[in-house]
Amino acid sequence: MADERILRREFLKGAAIAGTAAATAIAPATEAAAQSAPPKPQAPPAASADSDAMVTLSPAEQAFFTAAADTIIPADDLSPSGSDCGVVTFIDRQLASAWGGGAKMYRSGPFRKPPGEGFGYQLALTPREFFAAGITATNAWLKKTRGKEFDRLSLKERDEVLKVMDQGKAELQNFDGKQFMEALLDITMEGFFSDPIYGGNKNKVSWRMIGYPGLPATYANMMDLYRNKLYKPEPQSIADFS
Amino acid sequence: MATRLKEVDAVMVGMGWTGSIMARELTKAGLNVVGLERGPDIKPAEDFAMPHIRDELRYVQRLEIIQDPAMETLSFRHRPSEQALPMRRMGSFLPGNGVGGAANHWGGQHWRYLPSDHQTRSNILNRYGAKALPEDMTVQDWAMTYDELEPYYDRFEKLCGVSGKAGNLRGQKVDGGNPFEGARQNDYPTPPVKMTESALMYAKACKELGYHPFPQPASTISQPYTNTEGLALGGCQYCGHCERAGCEANAKAGPHICVLPVLRADPKFELRVHSWVSRLTYDKAAKKVTGVVYTDTRTGEEYEQPAGMVVLSAYVFGNIGLLLHSGIGEPYDPATQKGAVGRNYCYQLSRIGLTMFFKDKNFNPFMGSPGSMMVIDDFDGDNFDHTGLGFFGGCRIQTGHGEGRPIAYRPTPPGTPRWGSAWKKAAVDNYQHALSIGMSGSNYANRNNYVDLDPTYKDQLGRPLLRLTYNFVENDYKLAEYCMSKVVEIAKVMNPTVMGSPRLRKGDYDIVPYQSTHNTGGTIMGTDPKTSVVNRYLQSWDASNLFIMGASTFPQQPAYNPTGPVGALAYWAADAIVSKYLKNPGPLVHA
Repeated sequence: MADERILRREFLKGAAIAGTAAATAIAPATEAAAQSAPPKPQAPPAASADSDAMVTLSPAEQAFFTAAADTIIPADDLSPSGSDCGVVTFIDRQLASAWGGGAKMYRSGPFRKPPGEGFGYQLALTPREFFAAGITATNAWLKKTRGKEFDRLSLKERDEVLKVMDQGKAELQNFDGKQFMEALLDITMEGFFSDPIYGGNKNKVSWRMIGYPGLPATYANMMDLYRNKLYKPEPQSIADFS
Repeated sequence: MATRLKEVDAVMVGMGWTGSIMARELTKAGLNVVGLERGPDIKPAEDFAMPHIRDELRYVQRLEIIQDPAMETLSFRHRPSEQALPMRRMGSFLPGNGVGGAANHWGGQHWRYLPSDHQTRSNILNRYGAKALPEDMTVQDWAMTYDELEPYYDRFEKLCGVSGKAGNLRGQKVDGGNPFEGARQNDYPTPPVKMTESALMYAKACKELGYHPFPQPASTISQPYTNTEGLALGGCQYCGHCERAGCEANAKAGPHICVLPVLRADPKFELRVHSWVSRLTYDKAAKKVTGVVYTDTRTGEEYEQPAGMVVLSAYVFGNIGLLLHSGIGEPYDPATQKGAVGRNYCYQLSRIGLTMFFKDKNFNPFMGSPGSMMVIDDFDGDNFDHTGLGFFGGCRIQTGHGEGRPIAYRPTPPGTPRWGSAWKKAAVDNYQHALSIGMSGSNYANRNNYVDLDPTYKDQLGRPLLRLTYNFVENDYKLAEYCMSKVVEIAKVMNPTVMGSPRLRKGDYDIVPYQSTHNTGGTIMGTDPKTSVVNRYLQSWDASNLFIMGASTFPQQPAYNPTGPVGALAYWAADAIVSKYLKNPGPLVHA
């Protein structure tokens, strides 16, 4: 655990700088006030883009996603853990967004169980509701079979549980464990690899890790210059150009 | 009650490629034209600008500029006996939303169809005999030949500034181009785009095997170009963000930069956005449409727009739907094979191919465009002998890079776990080193693949959803397997460090993973009103002042992307309207 913390500090060194810039962009008036006088103790906490405060997730959901993100993306010599990279913040904001509320989904009934494969999502639940129900069902199943909720399990046990779910062998009540696992894996990877403006991929940690340069992506000259040669500049994100 | 507006000469339903081209040609001929667009106006300078256009989550994952299924989607089933369920999220295909349509987010692969693709049925019958054609394969000929359409292919290429290298100039084969293409009067307007290392490696292996690699023709163009409307396009920046996003460099041809600036300045043209056409008004006895009814999606107000001529220039499903919602023509019934509206729905055989890993190569997969590919057409269409193979059609087979966006692109060798430290290590170790050979296969018409109206589900206007009945059939599986054997052969010559497993077609069609936005058919062209919806000028058999554009008029889908012929057909139809129809309104072909 101590090692993880050191790793986190090293990986996120640059994040504080980026965080300051983002906060400035959000509230220039507040910033001016902050420069003239120290913040008063009764002032509400600043809505910082770097804040880890949850918008929509309950403490139990936050604990679940933290445990899941840290199992899918464990801390190792390649990156800090998923939650330390901001994946839970990302998931929270996504589930609070229009997408989380079911935007760009056809939500008219009747809702029917598909007669076979290939029909896609057929539930009435929005992504927000889907994850809430999935977490409840998973924790109830684990309580019954292992006596503990997901976030109380060790990393090794959580990894085993995810494998069972991925193989479609989790016996969740009224919920499809495989479908839940797919959605969990998708949103975790989105959080890890998307532009940091959404709260995940703090300090562009995943981009640096795989060697994705991000922006500005104008490569007309690089195509020949870097033919079969590694092009690995310091990655830049949308915030770096805003 | 709909507010009745003043009659105009012509109405375009949808302002993508075909609506824009047709509006331009008709205003040039002196007509007053209204362009109705369901979605918002889109202005590339604002909407496709840096840095936000480089946002993979917003454009690729959350489908920012794609049709909203909450407004309109379709229901889907594999076979007529099955219960259809709505496609609740966009997946397999991604129609556009707003002015510019799907051309805003296309990849710019710009093809002409092969001469034999224009005569699929008669070509099979002539070459392989009448008994060779399976009974349920309802392929038909186009209503015009390649040679007839050639000048219009040429015209559309010059509008876009397409980059490429001719392989057949006026009948003379040219080294380095596609030797199988139909004769071209002119070379491409601009030279080929830059190729990736992977494309060159692939081309070398293909040559060793005696195949004929050539650069992908691309409307993500290689250098600045002034088009036939006097409008300027930029050169491709190889940013790797083409598909599902707009182009900030003005290098990807689309109506916004190739036609609309001229139209927007023309007093004879009026663009109305947020205007969703619910139906056409139809005088069945006179065999004419009298206009359209549309809803302003900002206010809910309904308007009737009378028009002398209506052009259906929506996406494939929009065109089919408007005929069915308006009672124009007879809906297709697979049991009797009667009725033409909705028949011969086809798609594209994609998401098949093979990924390899080369330890000593650095591909920089984020650099490139969908045009930065080398292609072989040796196993496309009827370019090879199908005797005894048990299928018709083929694949174009290609390799390149340019979509290295990391949420979606994280290739790992077979056997890699899906998460955890071992996955992470494999993702890191392979990001630079993976190469995929991709295939795009033809999809020939089958009597059980069609579109009609759903009995249960409704769209936001309260109209029935379209119901798609579709599955791959034996022909598709065999075709994919045969072409894959060629891919494996090429892959072996390329000699990778790690060979991946072939991705083949297995089981029923799955409407979830993205495959291609190359849906075709449903309002097909032909010479017989019993088996086609429009004649060779894309004029409706059931209403002489109704013209239907786009890939919904294709009788089946060859292996290529459809935009090239879609643009060519728009110019072809416009030419017929201006030079023949306007002088003597009425049916241009008598059945």
